Amino acid sequence: MTTQPLPKKFGPYGGQFVPETLMPALAELEAAYLQARSDPAFQAELDNLLQTYVGRPTPLTFARRLTEKLGGAQIYLKREDLAHSGAHKINNALGQALLAKRMGKRRIIAETGAGQHGVATATACALLGLECVVYMGTVDMARQAPNVFRMRLLGTEVRGVESGSKTLKDAINEAIRDWVTNVGDTYYLLGSALGPHPYPTMVRDFQSVIGRETRQQILDAAGSLPDSIVACVGGGSNAIGIFHEFVGDEGVDLIGVEAGGEGIASGKHAARFADPQIGRPGVLHGCYTYVMQDADGQIALTHSISAGLDYAAVGPEHTHLRELERAYYTSATDEEALAAFQTLCELEGIIPALESAHAVAEAIKRAPTLPKEQILIVNLSGRGDKDLDTVISVIA
Amino acid sequence: MKPIDKITQTFEQNKPAFMPYFTLGYPDYETSLAVVQACAAAGADMMELGIPFSDPLADGPTIQHSTQVALQGGMTVERCVTAVSTLRASGITIPFLLMGYINPLLAYGLARFVQDAAQAGANGLIIPDLPPDEAGELEALCAEQGLALVYLLSPNSFEERIKMVTRRSTGFTYLVSVTGITGARTELSQALGGFIRRVRAVSQRPLAVGFGISTPQQAQAVGELADGVIIGSALVKAVDAAKDKPTAAATFVASMKK
Repeated sequence: MTTQPLPKKFGPYGGQFVPETLMPALAELEAAYLQARSDPAFQAELDNLLQTYVGRPTPLTFARRLTEKLGGAQIYLKREDLAHSGAHKINNALGQALLAKRMGKRRIIAETGAGQHGVATATACALLGLECVVYMGTVDMARQAPNVFRMRLLGTEVRGVESGSKTLKDAINEAIRDWVTNVGDTYYLLGSALGPHPYPTMVRDFQSVIGRETRQQILDAAGSLPDSIVACVGGGSNAIGIFHEFVGDEGVDLIGVEAGGEGIASGKHAARFADPQIGRPGVLHGCYTYVMQDADGQIALTHSISAGLDYAAVGPEHTHLRELERAYYTSATDEEALAAFQTLCELEGIIPALESAHAVAEAIKRAPTLPKEQILIVNLSGRGDKDLDTVISVIA
Repeated sequence: MKPIDKITQTFEQNKPAFMPYFTLGYPDYETSLAVVQACAAAGADMMELGIPFSDPLADGPTIQHSTQVALQGGMTVERCVTAVSTLRASGITIPFLLMGYINPLLAYGLARFVQDAAQAGANGLIIPDLPPDEAGELEALCAEQGLALVYLLSPNSFEERIKMVTRRSTGFTYLVSVTGITGARTELSQALGGFIRRVRAVSQRPLAVGFGISTPQQAQAVGELADGVIIGSALVKAVDAAKDKPTAAATFVASMKK
């Protein structure tokens, strides 16, 4: 069995900036993950659930009408919106819930922004018979009410978080406080490729099934690798999940799309890489990465129409890939995401999550500039049912 | 004499050393300085001075609230350093430990911060989200300026970590009495005695215990086991409830020192 410790950092980014109480817990988690990862029985159980419960592989859909309308690269959509519970989040939630069970932890805690990770965790816990508590900012609870109801239906206790900006960042603070307090019997099921080591690596590994399937599917459909892959980046788990498989393929452009909110100039956004005055290397939630902050190092309030992208830090591996110039990061505004949302509904009959609509917005900008023989894949990370209230209030 | 020596001396002369925590800038800048002065005058042996951070994930509701109020009032790392200078100028000689999260210090610049803190009259630093594993650079800077860099241990720390943390911690080692966040608890952990014995078995250096201590009885019980007693949230609460905040702080410290 290989139990080589995993690298704690991606270049200088990542690490374990946590209270001492969590250091033994992170060591225990890493050891358990390494064991599970090299245990064929664990992989087989996860693969079986991904196939028979989640519905994997998710399809790769050729977006014919969108491609024709834009008149450039051929656009394909990786349909994570069709995964059970409505987004890619279930890939990681199931993997970690199985790991928690293997570690003998009966109580699961999680944070959620848009509610997709909360729903995925609640789903995995219902399936595996685990107790589940989800922390969610009260601002997010209001704008993603259907997901709050879903979690409760699935037997999860949703705890509203009133501190700070009452969004994802504060939900993570509260989940970490719970974990520090109940570290003996509780498993923290972190939902994105961020936080202290080993989470960024472990979450990436569980999400990299997206990229592995995509490679095979595009080879089957088009006979070649894609020229570009576009994914939205909040914490960055769907993006790293589809990028990881292609990092070694230098001909494949990897493009991450952050939340541009009301525009970079407005200062009301969540684009960590877009404005060097606000987005700078720092520490938030246990890892060293790009963090939106003021001059004094206080974490900045972020803004996005999409709760899932409304977060002040970005996964450390994205920061590293950007520094290596292996991946490129841009942003889409609320308005662009909403327009892309409608376009995808009308042209393809697919209602995307507002998060994923940011990636679609970039595809709409980019595809017309590319030759027709090129292939552009959008990771359609989730479906948009949860966002209907938000969209109705803006465009109706 | 280096700043850290003053901490060592304090532990030699005062057993147990009583160390209150207070958030700088709470409820406003001037009042926080008056509270610290009152604590010193009432017999605090050392003071832990909190640098506010927007996302204090090791803190319970009482200290979270105090740091939010301090930030709304315009508190910054720079003003915290100024506060230390001002307190020194007012004649307080007890050791000051600046307690703050790592991100504001990174934003200020670690080298600049350590230098300015030492110059202002601080004796050491406590950074709850910076375990020794990530602290190489700061450790070297503190050694250069003669500042203590105090690391924390938790009841769930296993033996290898206890050895490593006590070896690298300077000034003293900060034992967290319970796995959890800061804030008053009704009872002390039954396991505290065993935890302290496990640490004593591998280290002769001073140990101070904090988190969850709120009453004179608890302080006395901890004082019989450890070299130092740290109280934060209970002091902040006592000050909160009072109209005359410095007097309330003095009364609180005096009651704990008994």
